[in-house]
Amino acid sequence: MRLEKRPTPSKVWSWATPVLAVLATMVAGGLLFGALGTDPVLAIRTIFWEPLFGEFAFYYRGQLLVKAGPLILIAIGLSLGFRAGIWNIGAEGQYIMGAICGAAVGLAFYPLEIRWLIFPLIVISGALGGFLWAMIPGILRTRFNTNEILVSLLLVYVAEQILAWMALGPLRNPEGAGFPGSRNLAQYSATSNQELIAGWGLHWGVVAALIAVIFAYILLSRHILGLNIRLAGEAPRAARFAGVNPERLVLLCLGISGALAGLAGLFEVTGPSAQIGIDFNVGYGFTAIIVAFLGRLHPIGVLMAGLLMALTYIGGEAAQASLGLPAAAIQAFQGMLLFFLLAFDVLTNFRVKFGALGAA
Amino acid sequence: MKKRTLLAGLMAATLGLPALADGHEPVKVGFIYVGPIGDGGWTYEHHQGLLAVEEHFGDKVETVFQESVPEGADSERAMTQMALQGADIIFTTSFGYMDPTINVAGKFPDVKFEHATGYKRADNVSTYSARFYEGRAVQGHIAGRMTETNKIGYIASFPIPEVIRGINASYIHAKKANPDVEMSVIWVYTWFDPAKEADAAKALIDNGVDVVLQHTDSTAPQAAAAEAGVISFGQASDMAEYAPLPRVSSIIDNWAPYYIARVQAVMDGTWESTDTWDGIAPGMVEIGEITDAVPADVKAEALALRDAIASGEYHTFTGPLNKQDGSAWLADGETADDGTLAGMGFYVEGITGEIPN
Repeated sequence: MRLEKRPTPSKVWSWATPVLAVLATMVAGGLLFGALGTDPVLAIRTIFWEPLFGEFAFYYRGQLLVKAGPLILIAIGLSLGFRAGIWNIGAEGQYIMGAICGAAVGLAFYPLEIRWLIFPLIVISGALGGFLWAMIPGILRTRFNTNEILVSLLLVYVAEQILAWMALGPLRNPEGAGFPGSRNLAQYSATSNQELIAGWGLHWGVVAALIAVIFAYILLSRHILGLNIRLAGEAPRAARFAGVNPERLVLLCLGISGALAGLAGLFEVTGPSAQIGIDFNVGYGFTAIIVAFLGRLHPIGVLMAGLLMALTYIGGEAAQASLGLPAAAIQAFQGMLLFFLLAFDVLTNFRVKFGALGAA
Repeated sequence: MKKRTLLAGLMAATLGLPALADGHEPVKVGFIYVGPIGDGGWTYEHHQGLLAVEEHFGDKVETVFQESVPEGADSERAMTQMALQGADIIFTTSFGYMDPTINVAGKFPDVKFEHATGYKRADNVSTYSARFYEGRAVQGHIAGRMTETNKIGYIASFPIPEVIRGINASYIHAKKANPDVEMSVIWVYTWFDPAKEADAAKALIDNGVDVVLQHTDSTAPQAAAAEAGVISFGQASDMAEYAPLPRVSSIIDNWAPYYIARVQAVMDGTWESTDTWDGIAPGMVEIGEITDAVPADVKAEALALRDAIASGEYHTFTGPLNKQDGSAWLADGETADDGTLAGMGFYVEGITGEIPN
């Protein structure tokens, strides 16, 4: 058996591999859970079925959106850049900075109750915070030709330090008895980002994610910028000849993904997470990278991948709580998903040939 | 709800699931943990509490737990999940679960919540914590007597009152035992991160520290201390696998009696929202065995200090004590009140460095 490179990546396989990866993860995960002494079928059922159709689905379905919203919002931005070969690995940092900027602006108005002014203002601040943070690797790359992968990644750690400083210093709740963490932004009506319909989990961040999916779809299929992005990724030389300005493209892609990550952070800090705390970020920015690839860098794919990823989180937690599976087993299970995806991706770019070399 | 009870009864009857002779369902007890149950420290001890509840009540209880739950939005979901699945009482065992606990408790008025180390209560939310600082005093004394370089180090997690109290209590008693002692504090901003904790321990040791105290949950600093041949103390749990050296003693959080009492109260229908803050005397804080690596006279002093605290004859924070900036805090013989301790945000005089702000 040997592998033969395909002249062009297979369209069929590029959509089949995510499905195969999910199935393989179920099998391998089932074996893992079985080895831990849990009924594998029950475990897989708890993870994939219970949150959607089980007894408490009315609660879990909403939570799926809460969890998927930021993942999709960030992954949409990342997928645009990834398509153009621009690697923003630091969405986690942009997510943090968006949250900090939005929260800081919102808290500056505390306790004024002018929601019509303050809420739009913090949304803009959040996007701007993420945008500016992403401009650092962007400008460093276009001016000094630094590597945006490294710069954006390292800026995550800088952002985490700023977050800790904000939680302990400037944004600390003055009525918090000396404990770290800002005021509760979800309880301050001017900044509160609550569910729009009770129990649906549909907050403004989820709405923004859906809008981003639609815009990205139109951008990629109908707009000249989308064409340039695709061209730059697939045929960089041709893109240059076609007059695509690579520097502008770098700034645009990093800027859009940064702004979307910042928005995700803003909607999270004013809603589900409710305050700037030392542990505010929980890895959405990194998980979104997996979501972007799992969704084949396609807006609709990202939407589905985000929901699937959220399902493994929610279902995984349910399996922990009701079946007593260890947290590490659930994380290993999620890790398998990416592992199998990358493994099966070989089939997208290579053909499997049986028989001796030259016989075909 | 009715249908579920009926179903459960049916299932119990046919499958022999745990149910009481009088037909009552077992009390369902939930725990939310910030670290893995195998952390060997904080979460491990809470889990020991869960096991003690199981052993004490047998099939009258059913326990569930979720480990490594991040503080924030995810913890709110974990709690909601437990409440939905019929938990009667839920223990949320980290400071960062405070607001989520209050939020979820508001949605489930019939479920009792117990939040560890926080300060927000409601009709169905109690808070509980231990006076770890009493144990810190004993550790500080041993540290002061054992150090040869006169440098002791402290791995601190987050600059919250609980941690600052521990630093102050250790320092005050190290200084009393050895006036030349100096203490350096490293903030790692995590409760459980073996790599970060080990790095902090090594950094302290590289700076000449020969006694390491920790307010983080893993045993990584113990391993680092063992390698460097310096002294350490078990934190939250006995960490006896590192005895007799580097671990010469420990603070053990014994939550079991409290958990059993609170579950009993739910069974009896006598549960009320309370605020508990117990120390060495009722046994919530225990001093782990002081090993033979400690000279007999030092050990005797440490035990005497422990007993004086337990009997109430000595308070850990007894004046004269000044704040770090030199301003007076406690006059001679005056003891600190709980309110000040609960919100402690300052170092006592003599500690160098600043509380991160």
